[in-house]
Amino acid sequence: MTRLLETAAHPRTLRRVAIEPLTRVEGHGKVTLLLDDQNRVHQARLHIVEFRGFEKFIQGRPYWEVPVLVQRLCGICPVSHHLAAGKAVDMLVGARQITPTAEKLRRLLHKGQMLQSHALHFFHLASPDLLFGFDSEPERRNIIGVVREHPELAVRGVMLRKYGQEVIKAIAGKRIHGTACVPGGMNKALTVDERDVLRRETTQIIRWCQEAVRVCRDLLDKCEHAPIFGVFPSNFMSLIRADGALDFYDGGLRARDASGAIIFDHADYTRYNRHIHEEVKSWSYMKFPFIINLGEEDGWYRVGPLARMNICDSLDTVFAEHERKLFREAANGGMQHATLAYHWARMIEMLHAAEGIERLLDDPDILGTDLVTKGERSLEGVGVIEAPRGTLFHHYKVDENDVVVRANLIVSTTNNNQAMNEAVRTVAASYLDGQRLTEGLLNHIEVAVRAFDPCLSCATHALGKMPLQVELVDAGGTVVDRLVKGADGQFCDALPTFNYDSGP
Amino acid sequence: MSPDTKKTFQLDGKEIPFREGQTVFDAAMAAGVYIPHLCHNPDFEPHSSCRLCTVIVNGRPFASCTQPAVAGQDVRSDTPELNEMRRALTDMLLVEGNHYCPACEKSGNCRLQATAYALGLQDSHFPQFFPRRDVDASHPDIILDRDRCILCGLCLRISRSVDKKSVFAMTGRGITTTIVVDSPSGLLADSKVSREDEAVRHCPVGALMMKGEAYMVPIGQRRYDVSPISEDSVREFHAREEAHNG
Repeated sequence: MTRLLETAAHPRTLRRVAIEPLTRVEGHGKVTLLLDDQNRVHQARLHIVEFRGFEKFIQGRPYWEVPVLVQRLCGICPVSHHLAAGKAVDMLVGARQITPTAEKLRRLLHKGQMLQSHALHFFHLASPDLLFGFDSEPERRNIIGVVREHPELAVRGVMLRKYGQEVIKAIAGKRIHGTACVPGGMNKALTVDERDVLRRETTQIIRWCQEAVRVCRDLLDKCEHAPIFGVFPSNFMSLIRADGALDFYDGGLRARDASGAIIFDHADYTRYNRHIHEEVKSWSYMKFPFIINLGEEDGWYRVGPLARMNICDSLDTVFAEHERKLFREAANGGMQHATLAYHWARMIEMLHAAEGIERLLDDPDILGTDLVTKGERSLEGVGVIEAPRGTLFHHYKVDENDVVVRANLIVSTTNNNQAMNEAVRTVAASYLDGQRLTEGLLNHIEVAVRAFDPCLSCATHALGKMPLQVELVDAGGTVVDRLVKGADGQFCDALPTFNYDSGP
Repeated sequence: MSPDTKKTFQLDGKEIPFREGQTVFDAAMAAGVYIPHLCHNPDFEPHSSCRLCTVIVNGRPFASCTQPAVAGQDVRSDTPELNEMRRALTDMLLVEGNHYCPACEKSGNCRLQATAYALGLQDSHFPQFFPRRDVDASHPDIILDRDRCILCGLCLRISRSVDKKSVFAMTGRGITTTIVVDSPSGLLADSKVSREDEAVRHCPVGALMMKGEAYMVPIGQRRYDVSPISEDSVREFHAREEAHNG
């Protein structure tokens, strides 16, 4: 059913509803719905409306600039881009295997990133929906509402994020957009003082993360929508270690289908394009990756926390592994397909990251000073990691003069493109079909998109006060109903001023 | 005046001693007073092209890096008008080139960036030019990134007077002026330049850089992370004087 909603048969005869911009996601996007006279949904699409052009404008730049330059893609997970590009550049200088200290520093950096990003998403962006209800008053359903009514939870979120940022700062020099990866390794050793300062807090941080998992699970248990909201079958993909355990930083690619059967396993990520291609659709700036063997129609997949919990065989930290087992038991050992389960999986990963940080800080290698290695130069490099939002691919080709001539980035949110569209269609079909539209109902669509924690390309933080405009347009293009939320968060009924002849 | 009497001039109301033959710039720096500058490197002959070190001497503007110190002069440097002019000059240099400080490997070690900070220049006030400039990465050890070049001419002077190679020259006029390389192909790889050359080590902005050194100094330990350019320049000047005086 939902797949049918991608393109309506006769779009010009339908009314168009636009949710623009989406709020409480990273960056800018919009959702358009096409409805008939009975408010039946005929088309639902998630559009990414930004254009960045990084792949183009890094062409002509020397390769060693790339890890520092491309991290500017994002202000929330710059470390992910820094690391993925860093791994690709390692290949260019023939350092596929970097020194133990360099690798552990990168893993520590990555876990700090995972911790702060997941904390930001759950506490600041997602929790208002779960705490107050999807259609609660919008003036309450935001981080300020959380601060007002659940101050301890809000402060906990801030402190967890702060700790993750401090880990990043200790390694990269800055909380956002630092420098750490250099070709073949890292540029700075961790000092004993820096290690000790971070280590002093790990017990508390792990405890808070355990409580965050519990809070999230309780909220989902109490949420009447959770078992049915945005549930749809899909394939999943992530990196895994040789023993099948989850690995955020390195490993092989594994994909499972909706039943849990393996599609490919331990695939060499440097040959990712033997398994994944990208489809272009005329109505979106974002590509649609798919698993080649399954084809464009059926080969789309989900990545990110939900996918990782479904894909891996285990987590190598004690508390997080316990939570992962509970997570899988909730799906009777099978694949968990509920969109809202992303939040639960995300909190388990946050706990896993916190435990991993403690273990790395206790590892003597972390204080080593052998940081850089080199090998035989190559003209092509691929780096893949599991970023907070999912699998992240960086692929570069350089010429003999060390200048980038080609780049291909498949970012996590791109991998989830089709899946987010499916979530929008599923929720639109279940909740909006035939209903009179309200702000609360439209928020259901946003809740579905938000669960993926999409990074729609930049560091913009929309915290519920971004302007929102929803219009109902009849078949003749006349606006018959309109709801406008201003930058001050106030709603008003403004008169229509234009029509939509051009369609979605 | 007795020959033993120490000669001085006034700089912003402060008495500055100087030796015969010293410039206003050198005397000021020796006395611990920073004068913003870009094209001048005290290790080499002054050029007075960037005009950032302009001071008012007895009511008239002069480039302090070439202006001889004279006893009794009244010199003004740290004035709102001069600092505003320096900000404007620096701002123009920034918008004329492609200076992407956030990702630049010279960031934290860049005199242009550090000078902008010292002058309180937080953002640009002119439209960006976004010029199309070529990167020459043909040499195995050295990269010439014209995006960052401010045409200070330091590499020309050093290559000519110290390295005795004259690898670099300027061509074009006005806004189209650019650095060119003396080689049959016009590329660094075919020129006489080598990694031992002084000319490739003193670029204030990272237009000329050694390959393989990018980002190796962590944030927090880069030159202008440690101390602002005003302190760093004076300290470096004193170290040079001490070395020179044995």
